[in-house]
Amino acid sequence: VKASSMLLRSLAAASVFAAACIAAFAATPPDAPVILIQNATVLTVTHGTIEHGSVLIKDGKIAEVGASIKAPSGAQIIDGTGLFVSPGIIDCHSHIAVDGSVNEGSISVSSIANIAEVLDSDDISIYRDLAGGVTTANILHGSANSIGGQTIVIKLRWGQPAAKLPFEGAIPGIKFALGENPKRSNFSIPGRERRYPASRMGVEETIRGAFTEARDYKNAWDTYNKRTAAGEKNLTPPRRDLRLDPLVEVLEGKRYVHSHCYREDEILMLLRVAKEFGFKVRTFQHVLEGYKVADEIAAAGAGASTFSDWWAYKVEAYDAIPYNAALMTRRGVLVSINSDDAEEATHLNQEAAKCIKYGGLSRDEALKLVTLNPAIQLGIDKRVGSIDAGKDADLVIYNHDPLSAYAVVQKTLIDGRIYFDRQKDIAARAGLEKEKKTLLDKEKAAAKKPEEKKAEKPGEAKKPEEKKPEEKKKPEDMATMPQAGTDGGAQ
Amino acid sequence: VSFNRSVRAVLFLSLLYFAASSSAQTPTPTTYAITHAKLVTLAGPPIEDGTVIIKDGKIAAIGASVEVPAGAQVIDAKGLQVSPGLFDPVTQMGLSEIGAVGSTVDSTETGSINPDVVAATAVFPSSEHIPVTRASGITEVLSVPGSGGFDSGGNRGLLAGQASAIHLAGWTMDEMQIKRSAAMVLNWPTIATRTFDFATFSRRQRPYAEAKQEYERQVNQLTDVLESARHYAQAMGHGGPSDFERDVKLEALVPVVRGQLPVLVFADRARDIRSAVEFCDKQKLRMILAGGIEAYKVKDLLRSKDVPVILRPVLTDPDEEDDAYDRILSQPVELTAAGVKIAFASFDNSFARRLGQNAANAIAHGLSPEEGLKAVTLYPAQILGLSDQLGTLQVGKVANIIVTDGDPLELTTDLKYLFIRGQLTSTDNRHKRLYEKYLNRPKP
Repeated sequence: VKASSMLLRSLAAASVFAAACIAAFAATPPDAPVILIQNATVLTVTHGTIEHGSVLIKDGKIAEVGASIKAPSGAQIIDGTGLFVSPGIIDCHSHIAVDGSVNEGSISVSSIANIAEVLDSDDISIYRDLAGGVTTANILHGSANSIGGQTIVIKLRWGQPAAKLPFEGAIPGIKFALGENPKRSNFSIPGRERRYPASRMGVEETIRGAFTEARDYKNAWDTYNKRTAAGEKNLTPPRRDLRLDPLVEVLEGKRYVHSHCYREDEILMLLRVAKEFGFKVRTFQHVLEGYKVADEIAAAGAGASTFSDWWAYKVEAYDAIPYNAALMTRRGVLVSINSDDAEEATHLNQEAAKCIKYGGLSRDEALKLVTLNPAIQLGIDKRVGSIDAGKDADLVIYNHDPLSAYAVVQKTLIDGRIYFDRQKDIAARAGLEKEKKTLLDKEKAAAKKPEEKKAEKPGEAKKPEEKKPEEKKKPEDMATMPQAGTDGGAQ
Repeated sequence: VSFNRSVRAVLFLSLLYFAASSSAQTPTPTTYAITHAKLVTLAGPPIEDGTVIIKDGKIAAIGASVEVPAGAQVIDAKGLQVSPGLFDPVTQMGLSEIGAVGSTVDSTETGSINPDVVAATAVFPSSEHIPVTRASGITEVLSVPGSGGFDSGGNRGLLAGQASAIHLAGWTMDEMQIKRSAAMVLNWPTIATRTFDFATFSRRQRPYAEAKQEYERQVNQLTDVLESARHYAQAMGHGGPSDFERDVKLEALVPVVRGQLPVLVFADRARDIRSAVEFCDKQKLRMILAGGIEAYKVKDLLRSKDVPVILRPVLTDPDEEDDAYDRILSQPVELTAAGVKIAFASFDNSFARRLGQNAANAIAHGLSPEEGLKAVTLYPAQILGLSDQLGTLQVGKVANIIVTDGDPLELTTDLKYLFIRGQLTSTDNRHKRLYEKYLNRPKP
């Protein structure tokens, strides 16, 4: 009912598609079915590859994995002959499903802003990434500020309302950013005064300043709580500071720091600051020069989430090498490969495969870069990241080895439910096209009527405005110059 | 284990680098024989166990039973595959080093009518992009002015200059050059209601009528300049240089209006492609379409007018929210089936090494493997009129050859040997050097 009323009101063809998909999923039974995938090549990631293997899914979880599993009665059987099953892809750096800009770019400490409050469950990128095998994504604030906004881990449950997207129990994060982006090197507007910080020196001091405040604020609260607990009455509590609250959570280890960075010096800078204030850096993001200081990153227990082969789009990316992930892995860093871009996310399996060529990772090590390793980095590895009994049934079924450019996703499952099915997608196209045409014709007819009444020259109806074709939207942290038609490179 | 193997491979490649760089310094013609290889000639069925002889920069012999000449340097390629090097027909190679740093960027001239500027003039032979790109098996590219990248600042001009075909090896431009003027770049104007104002860093919206007026002004400008060039060509045909006033811009357009130089027309929307095809048809220009995001909507027109398409990377999101998620990935097979000739290009520098990956993804979505490989070798050469020299392994062609341990389009395939202009060329590059340096960083 909701979908059909939406359709009537809809002007944009986009909503038509989204609404149709919602309608399609509304028909899915709420309980996850029992599914048995049989005779597939199962890439477990944790205990090798099982040729002609089976995966049994019950109550949204992986019930059993093995060479052959007897089908329980009533189970839906998926014949996996010639197919490959991998754990769902986990993208440790994403900006999909965000309504509007990903940057609260007006201030250098924007910890008050929270991505969780602007989740957009209708973003078509959710569906497209799902079609690329992504099941979980770390939705980050942008990199305009030294201390950016709060971040959230979601599952790509397309068709569900925004409230159902968050990954239950996942520890929330906060985005930090170092280097060219927070100092706004590539974004200065002639005649406009530059914002502090404008140098890497200032970036450090912005973070130190904020944590100095946060530490005092925490002490004030700790003292107040202690005295109240001891029975003191009529104490005035410290003034609540919504900007510092998330930083206190960082100090208490309740919120992960995901820090955008490129250069070796700024990586070490943040490790120093973190040590000074007693917090941990959970992941360095991009970290394209991480290979230069891999030992230091490993010693600090920080993770690294990087690109496969991006380089040279700005000075701090000029020493980027495709061997980064492999080199850091060999030095003991926990590494993942991320997308930072809705399209890049659709082939993260391919990006991981490149690390076999660049640096000689094993197949399992490569696949871990986009499954188990990001799960560990996000603190959700007990739930997802490998094909093990007891874990969430977040799985991808490919028609070919996923560590290849020739693999096409056939099905993507989250919580044991099929959220993407390539054959169904293809089969639905003709119907959607027809529905779109009907609605557009209806709109055109409705738009024409009042026009005709007052039109001096009938038939010369106003032409629909057309959008300029957009360049491939540049990934958020890669954007150096605004592109016509986008929101200025999300900066 | 594989790590040790790769370390050894790196050591081997460094040796190869030194060998190759010393041989490059002494340009004595060397004869090479690649033996016992699988030869993917693209001029016939693959030869499972064959030999290629490279002499004086050219393919001297190729086949299943070819004699190795005395004195030839023999490369036993048992288990390896020999293919033509890949050809990336839209890049800013040598014109742009670091996109965000204007002083390293020469890819776009100011103003809208610059037919006289030539990419080859500004290609920087020492660009770090060149060795990085060739290590991915790309042996030649088209360096294209006004083709965007991060640095275009939104303004690319209309007639943006002449694209140059270059080998990805050589000490100077003269050595690298395949064809100085291989195509004239035309950025087809579009009716844009949404624009970005770089002076204020803000978006601007304007009415359709205003945008259309601007579009028509640009088309008129193009028509005018081509008309002038036609008159200019006539004058040139009738008299000596002293008989008329020389004009460098019009002179550069003479081969275009004479139909000798193809026009590389950048357009993506169906409406723009249609307008561009009609315009070029009317003006009798040889059109190559570049971009072509919505080429499938006008495939019959493209086929009937014999317009080839150099496609943007298939690893690109569809424009419209209600496009099928694989709309761009499935376009190559659709165009090929409709009889339209296609080639793939990176439209970039730092992502040039994804050329093979893009072709492979199109194959995964229905394009035949042979067509996919040809779309990054033979077809770009044909489209640019260079297939007499490049694109297949045939006697007499320039020896731009790659020797790989498997399918050259696959992500995990290693490039074992690289020949450009018949020279065994180093695959060393900035990335490998940094890798080796930090691989050997002592524990702190």
